Amino acid sequence: MAFVLPLGIWSAFSYLPFLWHPQVLIQQAGGTYFREDDRVNKKDFQQENQRVAVDGGQQAVGRRVNPSYLPAPHEVGKAFYVAFKTPPRRKGDKWLHQSIWDSIEVIFWGFMMSSIIGVPLGILCGSFSFFSRLNEPFIDFVRYMPAPAFGPLAVAILGINDAPKISIVIIGTFFQQVLVIANTTRQFDNSLIETAQTLGADRLKLIRSVIVPGILPELYRDMRILLGWAWTYLIVAEIIGAKSGISLFITQQAKYRNYDNVFAGIIIIGLIGFLTDQILGLIGNQLFVWEEREL
Amino acid sequence: MTPDYIESDLYKQQSEAVRSRFERIKQRPVLLEVETLDKIFEDREEEIVALDDISFSVHRREFICVIGPSGCGKSTLIRIIAGLETQTSGNILLDSQPIEKPGSDRGMVFQSYTLFPWLTIKKNVMFGLMISKTNRRKAATEAMDWLELVGLSEFADLYPHQLSGGMKQRVAIARALANQPRILLMDEPFGALDAQTRAQMQSYLLQIWRSIDITIVFITHDLEEAIYVADRILVLGANPGYLQEIVEVPVPRPRTPDQFLSPEFLSTKKHLEDLINPEKRLISEKIPIQRITAVGDEVL
Repeated sequence: MAFVLPLGIWSAFSYLPFLWHPQVLIQQAGGTYFREDDRVNKKDFQQENQRVAVDGGQQAVGRRVNPSYLPAPHEVGKAFYVAFKTPPRRKGDKWLHQSIWDSIEVIFWGFMMSSIIGVPLGILCGSFSFFSRLNEPFIDFVRYMPAPAFGPLAVAILGINDAPKISIVIIGTFFQQVLVIANTTRQFDNSLIETAQTLGADRLKLIRSVIVPGILPELYRDMRILLGWAWTYLIVAEIIGAKSGISLFITQQAKYRNYDNVFAGIIIIGLIGFLTDQILGLIGNQLFVWEEREL
Repeated sequence: MTPDYIESDLYKQQSEAVRSRFERIKQRPVLLEVETLDKIFEDREEEIVALDDISFSVHRREFICVIGPSGCGKSTLIRIIAGLETQTSGNILLDSQPIEKPGSDRGMVFQSYTLFPWLTIKKNVMFGLMISKTNRRKAATEAMDWLELVGLSEFADLYPHQLSGGMKQRVAIARALANQPRILLMDEPFGALDAQTRAQMQSYLLQIWRSIDITIVFITHDLEEAIYVADRILVLGANPGYLQEIVEVPVPRPRTPDQFLSPEFLSTKKHLEDLINPEKRLISEKIPIQRITAVGDEVL
């Protein structure tokens, strides 16, 4: 449902010629200096035609179009199909699906490695004020350094291939992750911790049998949001060092002025993110049947 | 408010059965001993005395209620006994051993529902047993026995959010008892329940208490509840929290809801009311009427 409105607006601007359409696509040049298939501004088109008319020459014929950077939905739809079918322009370049797979690999490893340390550290920081005081001020400090700023350094240390890209995703994700998860842990219902204590649980058991299972659904939701952020850092990461992945595809297509393909590329990222999140959401619902849900 | 024609002194006259029951209780060993307990909360600038020189002892299988106006520190008292907070000075002895931290020898039931939402009812009851490394099968059978006792064995595989408030508290009681604690601490356990469920729960609790060897310290702000369930009632006063009086309840056991209107019940209630609210002020007398009407409204 939520998709209908934006798609409707896009279609309206694309298919209703009286909305916007600030340019004219020249179909017959006539006596003007335009060439066929040029896109010119409406104002220039009218001035030139007037000039030609005064001279008694043949006027140009054209139809109103949008600038090439706003392709119509059907063009983008076609581009989707074509983009996957089009072999790379140069030998050694990658097909689109290979680019996408590269991106997914980078984000998978980055997010994994960040989580392996970030999640336990976050839980520790949230559970013990000792760990929180030890780590959080520094993490809070690093968090404000934008991950892309580490790009050149990462390339210098790790070379130009996937390693620096993964490290950017890690830097972008990790520090936020620790803080977010520490916060989630801190918000855990204190009365449940006290209850467990009166039932004989010591600190280790408290973390293992009460805090971890208790925050799991919230943790899972945090991870879904963090994964979304990781995608943002991925796009940044892909343009440092040797460009790669879906960003490479997008920048290349923009260079060739294939804006329909650019749109397709951007939408693909959105689709992958959206679908993973939806799937993770469904899995979550199955995983945490005990959760009280507000419908 | 209990009407004025009820004599508040009548509560001192115990029937023969009641007197001999108290005699027998006093001969039992002392299970919990609280000696000159003080608790001072230190705020940034001021010190707040929450408990001032509280001493009492509880005998085995006794049912003790703690009542008092809000802010008298009754919750603090029970939390110190549970080991969730530490006293500023004074001693608490359980079976002559000083209490330092929370332990499974003191079960606790809170007012808020504290079942672990990710565990089924049965696994909630098994929680303490699993921590004390009872083997799983034995823990499961024991848990089912306790659920049987509170009448919830058929709900064993449900999750807490599927139960009503009263049922949740019954599970919480079963869970606390499954550890076989020496004493059961209850902090306004029925405070969040509606009146009918609350009355049911009081009867349930009395039944359970009669059928097993357990000593109970029970906090409530409901005077009738206190009289209905307790052997003795500790009446605390506020600012700072101090022990006003220990009232021996003259209502004979077994208790039934019919006794709510018996002379000894009413006179005890009257006496407790006098202790807690000596000036007999109604709430409306405390708040100037102007404060609760909108500006410009005339009070008719």
